[in-house]
Amino acid sequence: MLSVVELILVCLVLTNLVFLGTSRIGLCIRMVSFQGVVLAVLPLLGHGEFALSSLVVSGATALLKGWAFPWLLFRSLESAHVRAEVEPYVGYSNSLLFGVAALAVSVWLGGRMPLPGPGVPQLLTPVAFFTILVGLFGIVTRRKAVSQVVGYLVLENGIFAFGAVALRKAQFLVEMGILLDVFVAVFVMGIAIFRINREFDHIDSGRMASLKE
Amino acid sequence: MPLFDQSSIHWDALARILAGLLLCPLLFGVINRVKATFAGRRGQPLLQTYFDLARLLGKGAVYSRTTTWVFPLGPLLGLSCALAALCLAPLGGQPGLVAFEGDLFLFAGLLGLGRFATAVAALDTGSSFEGMGASREMQFSVPAELAQVLGLVALAQATGTYSLAEILARLDLARWEAFSPVLALTTTALFLVLLAETCRIPVDDPNTHLELTMIHEVMVLDHSGPDFAFILYGQGIKMWTLGAVLTGLMVPVRSGDALLDAALGALGVFGLAVIIGVVESSMARLRLLFVPRLLVGATALSGLALILLLR
Repeated sequence: MLSVVELILVCLVLTNLVFLGTSRIGLCIRMVSFQGVVLAVLPLLGHGEFALSSLVVSGATALLKGWAFPWLLFRSLESAHVRAEVEPYVGYSNSLLFGVAALAVSVWLGGRMPLPGPGVPQLLTPVAFFTILVGLFGIVTRRKAVSQVVGYLVLENGIFAFGAVALRKAQFLVEMGILLDVFVAVFVMGIAIFRINREFDHIDSGRMASLKE
Repeated sequence: MPLFDQSSIHWDALARILAGLLLCPLLFGVINRVKATFAGRRGQPLLQTYFDLARLLGKGAVYSRTTTWVFPLGPLLGLSCALAALCLAPLGGQPGLVAFEGDLFLFAGLLGLGRFATAVAALDTGSSFEGMGASREMQFSVPAELAQVLGLVALAQATGTYSLAEILARLDLARWEAFSPVLALTTTALFLVLLAETCRIPVDDPNTHLELTMIHEVMVLDHSGPDFAFILYGQGIKMWTLGAVLTGLMVPVRSGDALLDAALGALGVFGLAVIIGVVESSMARLRLLFVPRLLVGATALSGLALILLLR
């Protein structure tokens, strides 16, 4: 079981690197939905026996992150007529280098923290931390609103990965509540993107500063 | 516990090196034949590179009056660096001529020195066009070398030794099972480095003669006759050397019989040539701006492999 969790964590790191290194927003969305589906396996692995609650959490996660979010994001992408991120604040090669540095920092940090419990892979804390950092980095450095939403989802995936492995006995209601929150957030952001695009003909957050003139 | 006598000369490697020296021009023939098959052509003869080398060696060299002694030194130094790297490279789990602890840094350094010689010779011609090629080559070599060294160090960490021959001898199926994510990451990174080092699509197109896209071909434009033959042959040896190391990693089958292992290794190198041919036929050359991103990606893969081991 431990090796499956490690494989999932390595998948998480690789998809994060793709997210950092590509300019295609469509590919970013596919990567984050892939992350969501892979992470949906995690609640099933912990318990030993298939509890109904973990099955529901896993199914809801897969459905939301694998189908609903990409659908919403692709829809707002189409309505905004955007396909590629143009000139983010930090270039793609530099973003990748940041990724390597962030991974090193996360590993260093993870090594200094106590393991959250027995039977938890050593890789978990660094990878979850790295995913959170990459998500924050995406929110800060990308210009298009859709990419920023994807960054937010990556950040949420990092938190979910940590919670699903470390806090095995996480309450069913909490998990479902978080999922609902994320869903509402993405839904609202999708509507916001649509409105912004209709008012200003672009979703470039860098140009929003000139609104006050 | 070392499998080989460390810091010594393996005289039995001479036969393997000779095989590499004789067979390396055939690699280009195999790649071109695969590309021709994909395009539905008959293609040039498999032995075309041998004919080219013989023709070039029979000609005289022309030197521009602008050039100094650096210019003819470039191909010579490049070829000797490739030969020295060949002497270090193991084939099919068997050691190269010389093996000692830490020789993987010498291996990477020799390849870097060869590239430096070619670039300096290109600058020596005084042509702005060749200067541009040298600049591009150097720009791309920064992430490529980083990816290569990090990848080799990751392998060294996984096997617990810093000697190339020893690393590849210790890699077997059991170790692949234990370190499969790490080894898969390193293999991918080293394959991308190989494509960059040997100037293949998607990094560089060996057939192109458009000034906007050329990298390696630009630097060697002014070389003629035997000098160009040295460069061509050096490229072949470089591809054979890197291919031997990579296939030693990809095909971890060790039968124990030295001759069989070496033959398997050589077969693996030709298999790699077929893979390169397929890659060249199935994708276009990357835009120049994307090449550093690809190579930084390779660095990230090697770095990730190393971090997975060091945690």
